[in-house]
Amino acid sequence: MVIDKVKKVNEKEEKRVKNEKASDMMIGKWVKCDNCKEILYKDDLHKNLSVCPNCGKHFRLSSRRRIKQIADEGTFKEIGGDIVTKDPLNFKGYMKKVEMLKEKTKIEEAVKCGTCEIEGEKAVLAVMDGNFLMGSMGSAVGERITLAIETAVKKKLPLVIFCVSGGARMQEGMISLMQMAKTSSALTKLDKAGQLYISVLTDPTTGGVTASFASLGDIILAEPHALIGFAGPRVIEQTINQKLPEGFQRSEFLLEHGFIDKIVERKDMKSTIAKLIRLHK
Amino acid sequence: MAKITAWDRVMLARKMDRPKALDYIQGLFDDFIELHGDRNFGDDKAIVGGIATFEGIPVTVIGEQKGKKAKENMERNFGMPNPEGYRKALRLMKQAEKFHRPIITFIDTPGAYPGMGAEERGQGEAIARNLFEMSKLEVPIICIVIGEGSSGGALAIAVGDRIVMLENAVYSILSPEGFASILYKDSSKAKEAAGDMKATAKDLKDFGIIDKIIKEPEGGAQEDLEMVIKELKAYIKKSLKELSTLSKKELVENRYEKFRTMC
Repeated sequence: MVIDKVKKVNEKEEKRVKNEKASDMMIGKWVKCDNCKEILYKDDLHKNLSVCPNCGKHFRLSSRRRIKQIADEGTFKEIGGDIVTKDPLNFKGYMKKVEMLKEKTKIEEAVKCGTCEIEGEKAVLAVMDGNFLMGSMGSAVGERITLAIETAVKKKLPLVIFCVSGGARMQEGMISLMQMAKTSSALTKLDKAGQLYISVLTDPTTGGVTASFASLGDIILAEPHALIGFAGPRVIEQTINQKLPEGFQRSEFLLEHGFIDKIVERKDMKSTIAKLIRLHK
Repeated sequence: MAKITAWDRVMLARKMDRPKALDYIQGLFDDFIELHGDRNFGDDKAIVGGIATFEGIPVTVIGEQKGKKAKENMERNFGMPNPEGYRKALRLMKQAEKFHRPIITFIDTPGAYPGMGAEERGQGEAIARNLFEMSKLEVPIICIVIGEGSSGGALAIAVGDRIVMLENAVYSILSPEGFASILYKDSSKAKEAAGDMKATAKDLKDFGIIDKIIKEPEGGAQEDLEMVIKELKAYIKKSLKELSTLSKKELVENRYEKFRTMC
């Protein structure tokens, strides 16, 4: 039968494409969406702002890509890039790990801050990066964020922080915990000056970052389906000895419970922020 | 006497019969009246607070309260506050500011409670709000770590002008068990972690995070509470006197600088 033949050819073709995809995946051209399981061509994914074209899942973004998406081209000027990781506990293997990560990720720390323009509106922008020790906050991250806040106060600019973090950085012990107080204190100055702070929560934002600057925005936005909370889901499950319901601690859950102002899809993020800044001029 | 290790101090800090916040409140102040509730959701028994007098001066006191017996400890949720506890503390601190009363806080918690309700009611927001508001309160704040001060749950009532630790208290980013489980992937290495975390009073004095170590009798504060109270009393008296000479602006600016430069 002709149809059978066509089917067979198609199957063969499918198999060939599948194999090709598989080999391409090996060299990193393809990625599987862990939500809808669709195999996606990386270039297509990145062209779509790293959002799955099939199901809308927002993939995690590096600070470099995020800045590219939010800041007008060529306007980003870094602040505090010279502030580097410290090792106050002399913690075994910590600096070695940091050096390895720097090499691998080509970034110096878990946050990048700077001044920029967003649709022509001047702003201070801080973008955390989950590829660097889960975006955890040690002294360098706290100091860079604080400098960003102080710059916003000094230059009378609105502040936008994109959060992604596992919380305070364990390897720096109490010094990390104190960054929560330091960044929150700095925000009182911005508040007193009557300037706008927009906090954007992305997947995941937890621990000491949730319990400090992330939750202190005049306006708090979130990307869809981001995990946002203080305690991590595993810790809660161990404490209460039961499984958490589907959607617990996700953006939609936080919106329902009154802790964020709005869920914004990535394609609308830049224009939403620009609009909010204009409304506060 | 054998050298006391960091882990020994963790054990001392957690001792069931170690004096708790209410013991210090009774010992240091007169006329204590406990005030309840966050005016929003409920009254969290893991945090106590109210008004009292310190050598005749009205003050606001707040403390994380563990129980000294199993049943009381359960009622107190083992000293692990929910958001309404932090919001009650903030309400009382704002009240203190309105009536120009100094604030004295007692820190003693394994951490903020990691439960479902706590997340639903915004544990992270509650802690963040306290850090923000405490930074700008225009009255003197003295914070005393009396037992274990773990994570953001401790810091949420520990942003002050003076930060003091009892000799055997520990103040850390996380419990040693949690720390070991994250960094060594093995919570049974807590003993080792306790030392590596550098969380004893001496460690934190060296880091410049705390201002003063209050000496304890051999075997821990429960052995001679009077002695500890006497030392604390002298320190609070001296600190309040120093802080009372500052203008509101200086007070807040100094506090800002304290946290700005400590790390």
